[in-house]
Amino acid sequence: MTTSSEDVLLSVNYVRYKKGDGTLYVMNQRLAWMLEHRDTVAVSHKYADIKTQKISPVGKPKVQLQVVLHDGTCSTFHFVNPAGADAQAKDRDQVKMHLQNLLPKFKRQIDGELEMKSRLLSLHPTLKHLYEDLVISKVINSEEYWNTPTLKHYTESNNIKQEAGVSGAFLADIQPQTDGCNGLKYNLTQDIIDAIFKTYPAVRKKHMDYVPNKMTEAEFWTKFFQSHYFHRDRIASSSSKDLFGECAKMDDHAIASAMKHTTLDLTVDLPQFIEPVPLLGTEEEAPLEKEKGDTTSIHRNMIKRFNQHSIMVLKASHKTNSSNNSSSKTSNNNKLIENGVKDTNGVSKRLAAEKSEAEPPEKKKRILEKIHYEDLEDRNGNEDAQELKLSKVERYLMGPASQMSQTSSHGNNPPPLSALNSICLAWSSGQQCLRPVRVSAAAAVGALGELSPGGALMRQHHAASMAQLIPPDVKQELHRIYLSGGELLRELWRCFPQPGAGPEAEDASTRAENFYEALLRFRNVKLRPFEEKMLRDLTPLATSLTKHMNQMIDTACAKYALWQQRQAKLR
Amino acid sequence: MKLTVDGLLVYFPYDYIYPEQYAYMLELKRALDAKGHGLLEMPSGTGKTISLLSLIVAYMIQKPHHVRKLIYCSRTVPEIEKVLEELKNLIKYYEKSQGETPSLTGVVLSSRKNLCIHPDVSREREGKLVDGKCHALTASYIRDRHERDSSVPICQFYEGFNREGKESMLPFGVYTMDDLKQYGADRNWCPYFLSRFAIIHAEIVVYSYHYLLDPKIAEVVSKELHKEAVVVFDEAHNIDNVCIDSLSVKITRRTIDKSISALQQLEKTVTQIREEDAARLTAEYEQLVEGLREAAVQRDTDMILGNPILPDEVLNEVVPGNIRNAEHFLSFLKRFIEYLKTRLRIQHVVQESPAGFLKDVASRVCIERKPLRFCASRLSSLLRTLEIPDPSNFSSLTLITHLATLVSTYTKGFTIIIEPFDDKTPTVSNPILHFSCMDSSIAMRPVFARFQTVIITSGTLSPLDMYPKILDFNPVIMSSFTMTLARPCILPMIVSKGSDQVTISSKYETREDVAVIRNYGQLLVEISACVPDGVVCFFTSYLYLESVVGAWYDQGVVANLQRHKLLFIETQDSAETSFALINYIKACESGRGAVLLSVARGKVSEGVDFDHHLGRAVLMFGIPYVFTQSRILKARLEYLRDQFQIRENDFLTFDAMRHAAQCVGRALRGKTDYGIMIFADKRFSRSDKRTKLPRWIQEHLKDSLCNLSTEEAVQICKRWLRQMAQPFTREDQLGVSLLTLQQLQSQEQQDKIEKQAVQK
Repeated sequence: MTTSSEDVLLSVNYVRYKKGDGTLYVMNQRLAWMLEHRDTVAVSHKYADIKTQKISPVGKPKVQLQVVLHDGTCSTFHFVNPAGADAQAKDRDQVKMHLQNLLPKFKRQIDGELEMKSRLLSLHPTLKHLYEDLVISKVINSEEYWNTPTLKHYTESNNIKQEAGVSGAFLADIQPQTDGCNGLKYNLTQDIIDAIFKTYPAVRKKHMDYVPNKMTEAEFWTKFFQSHYFHRDRIASSSSKDLFGECAKMDDHAIASAMKHTTLDLTVDLPQFIEPVPLLGTEEEAPLEKEKGDTTSIHRNMIKRFNQHSIMVLKASHKTNSSNNSSSKTSNNNKLIENGVKDTNGVSKRLAAEKSEAEPPEKKKRILEKIHYEDLEDRNGNEDAQELKLSKVERYLMGPASQMSQTSSHGNNPPPLSALNSICLAWSSGQQCLRPVRVSAAAAVGALGELSPGGALMRQHHAASMAQLIPPDVKQELHRIYLSGGELLRELWRCFPQPGAGPEAEDASTRAENFYEALLRFRNVKLRPFEEKMLRDLTPLATSLTKHMNQMIDTACAKYALWQQRQAKLR
Repeated sequence: MKLTVDGLLVYFPYDYIYPEQYAYMLELKRALDAKGHGLLEMPSGTGKTISLLSLIVAYMIQKPHHVRKLIYCSRTVPEIEKVLEELKNLIKYYEKSQGETPSLTGVVLSSRKNLCIHPDVSREREGKLVDGKCHALTASYIRDRHERDSSVPICQFYEGFNREGKESMLPFGVYTMDDLKQYGADRNWCPYFLSRFAIIHAEIVVYSYHYLLDPKIAEVVSKELHKEAVVVFDEAHNIDNVCIDSLSVKITRRTIDKSISALQQLEKTVTQIREEDAARLTAEYEQLVEGLREAAVQRDTDMILGNPILPDEVLNEVVPGNIRNAEHFLSFLKRFIEYLKTRLRIQHVVQESPAGFLKDVASRVCIERKPLRFCASRLSSLLRTLEIPDPSNFSSLTLITHLATLVSTYTKGFTIIIEPFDDKTPTVSNPILHFSCMDSSIAMRPVFARFQTVIITSGTLSPLDMYPKILDFNPVIMSSFTMTLARPCILPMIVSKGSDQVTISSKYETREDVAVIRNYGQLLVEISACVPDGVVCFFTSYLYLESVVGAWYDQGVVANLQRHKLLFIETQDSAETSFALINYIKACESGRGAVLLSVARGKVSEGVDFDHHLGRAVLMFGIPYVFTQSRILKARLEYLRDQFQIRENDFLTFDAMRHAAQCVGRALRGKTDYGIMIFADKRFSRSDKRTKLPRWIQEHLKDSLCNLSTEEAVQICKRWLRQMAQPFTREDQLGVSLLTLQQLQSQEQQDKIEKQAVQK
């Protein structure tokens, strides 16, 4: 069975496996062993399946190599070269070396995928439930499961994790607590420290300089909280005692240089706003400087620091953002501004050729943007639609409360039946139901109000009373049934061709069949037992609990049958 | 679309039009027909500029003998650039629909700093230095010297322009600053002088207020403009202050010191020249005997600043004998400066009239009125004769000669106030002599007299009847337009009390009250928690802003604020503020949201727009009264009372309310935009304040919104924002606040618009 297409990298004779002597082949894709004088491969392990290899210690009489597979089983090969222990060890080491080189290549592939999947499942309890209900109970197989669009969303988009920015108030959030004996206690977490470092590179530098050589971590932060740098209403003392005295200066420098290098947008470039009177210019600029040391200069200084703080916070989060995904569309505008190289002067731009190239179109664009009236002009079709990317799909699908619902109180109120019905109706009658018809603003606000607690639509809603009647564990279970049932239903509905869309690919029908069967299986394996249990435990409610679910499944099945009929006719 | 406004075919470069734009054009046309002046208020962000341009351009094309020129004055450089782009749009539309460019030239004039393309000179950052360096390369005597000695540097671009530029005219089209520079660079012509030359012939001129209102500049730049012109002052709510500033002079001790050293330098140069080349001084003397009219022959490059007095006052007499001689003139100036120096050495405030000042000068240092009047022109003549390469060093001295000329020319409408120290710091001696103009009509009068139609327009001119009074003119039309809206896209509210029911007000007695400051803070925090993106706050003064921020830090308001949004604050340093602003915009654009604390009457409130997400809510903390203790203001109020029968309080409230309206109006641009406007002061709800708001704000300020507490305001905001968040389509607007051509032509709409325009 060793096909010629596979390269044999190494073959070792005299290898015993399960008391039979044979030859061990190290090949491209797998490890194989053949019994002597036979043509069939007795043992064959794909490298991808192998988790690790183990070898016997040097001193042991038997020279062995063991491969452990992912499913926990293992195969042991005993090297029995008659030439002696040394030759045996040499044989083994050769195999070992080869495996050592080969295994990681395959490992990464499989592990990456598996790890991600298991991580996803552990991160999102909803997905885990879904997995348990659908895959472990063998309603659908694992591949189908991972290919459902909901899951795909997780597996594809969630890979890039967005780094959180820095909160603007992180310094203020370090609330000091009095410890009762004239002292203050600051609570400092790693997050806060990270935020401080990210925002204030000067402090990080200090930290690197001083900790742990000159002072301990705790001392450093004590000093930090004592300094004027933290207390913004204190004036910087010029004495060298204050560790952070220079930090403020460094910040000033950083901001000043940033100021020099930023292109000031035309619309905010205040110094250039007014055309000066020739020659006379602005005389009174210098005297302002003199007033330092005044009472107001505390405030003035503070204001400066507030501005700096905000700018640095913004910079900190901007940095991480741009490094992570450079294609952030929202900051389109200001990025362009940053790119444009320009003196604040705005005069010399004409001269350097490369400067002038970047500058005027940008400036012009900005002006055009400012004078543009979107409602006066006819819409032209080139609105580039922006794709909505969801980082947490379940939030979009179920609202922000759904994550909490995993833990406790929030009930799994089924969505208003009427709404679902109408969507189902629309669907089953072959209508496209992509987007609801736009309603007027007032009507939408009205509807929101009606749907809020106390509104007209919420009054008769008996879910509230039902939620009180159902014990929490049943609620949990029902929730899960809805979750997995919904997933299957959605898949099934997706398989039906959309009206107006061209002839569907062939695999749609097989997919539909798969999911139809899965749905039936689901009904048998999950829904029926649940119903029976309910009949036993919660008689008065039992039927009404699953009525809706059943209805949905019936509708889907009916649609499937109808569709099958039509398909048959077409053929 | 092409529409007919009262029989005039107007090309309007959009497919739809706001009803008020049409009404605006209708009124504007009436003013043009009547050849009279007009006062028009239209909500900010409803397309004033394009309405103005479309109508006037159409008028110029169809009735070329009626109106031959449009002079469009705006306040800030970005505004000017915007106007030019709109004009370009319009001309492009003409081209598209007519197939040929209309024979119109539109050109901008800006300072040398913005137009210079000389590699060295344009590198200077300060306008003053650019002017000086330019002068050093282009003055006639420098160029003469270059003739003799080619090592003397001159400006190649000016030479190029001088050789070829004056024969040809600019091809038809619109020239922005960048276009001019490009055009100049291509031909090796100086864009600045090209533009100076072009505005004489161009049909449309766009430039800053100063070029028309400031007599010093107007004399140099705008002297030869047509009389059959329409002058538009856009964003003109502050026009009276511009007028006053252009005729006022402020002398500090530093000015005196600098001018003394400048004078010494001059003396040295004069003695030197006397030894080397006495003929030059004699020639000048001869010229002066003949009269100042010679100056008109002077090359345009020699004049940077003209006489500070107004055209009809320009002296046609001969320079009096006692200052014709250079040395005599210098010693004359020296005496005058010494006199000013002694006047600054005072312990208490002195206020006197120009006549009293002149009398005092005559008795103390024997300086007559007549030679004083010639000071400014005599100095510029001397600087020319001495071939001073860079006159920017002599700015202080020039200032003093301006004072001399002004004080001896005008006896009415001016006052002199000498303050020994700043009121805030009575211990620090910092004497200042204010020569202050109190009558804004002085600078305006020649403009009204000279040009056929002057249109004063802005988003906030209410109450309209104040402007004709203080500018002293008779408008033929005077209208305020409201905004037709399909949805209530502004939400003005008056918050009069905090959540603890304490009245909030920036009244002098209560403004430092902890409860008031806390309630302001509370209001801001609550608003910033529920309003998305940008929130802008305006304080009444910079001092108040500082003290409030200090108090907020102590009260923890700042920390609360930072939890919701980033905080940016306007400072007195405009470069720093610009940087904060750009970061504010970044923060808004990245979705983080930001709060900007700013000052009414500050640079931000006057020039920066906070449209769309940059300003979803604007808060006005207190009523932005001017600093009423200022003596200059007091003098002006007194003058207004005596001359124009305007009561002090009326003027103060008018001034405060126009600034308040200006601040909150920054938030809105166009009808798809929306914004909250919060007036946080109990006094706003009084009818004397409320009725002075522009009509378009007043209309939405219902009685139920006039006396709110913080919570109530926040609740209203939330509901309103939810409504604004709904999709808003053109279909919603059409027929109500947006019209197609057909809709515009329907009788019903015409009647409606007619009504809107008439009521005032």
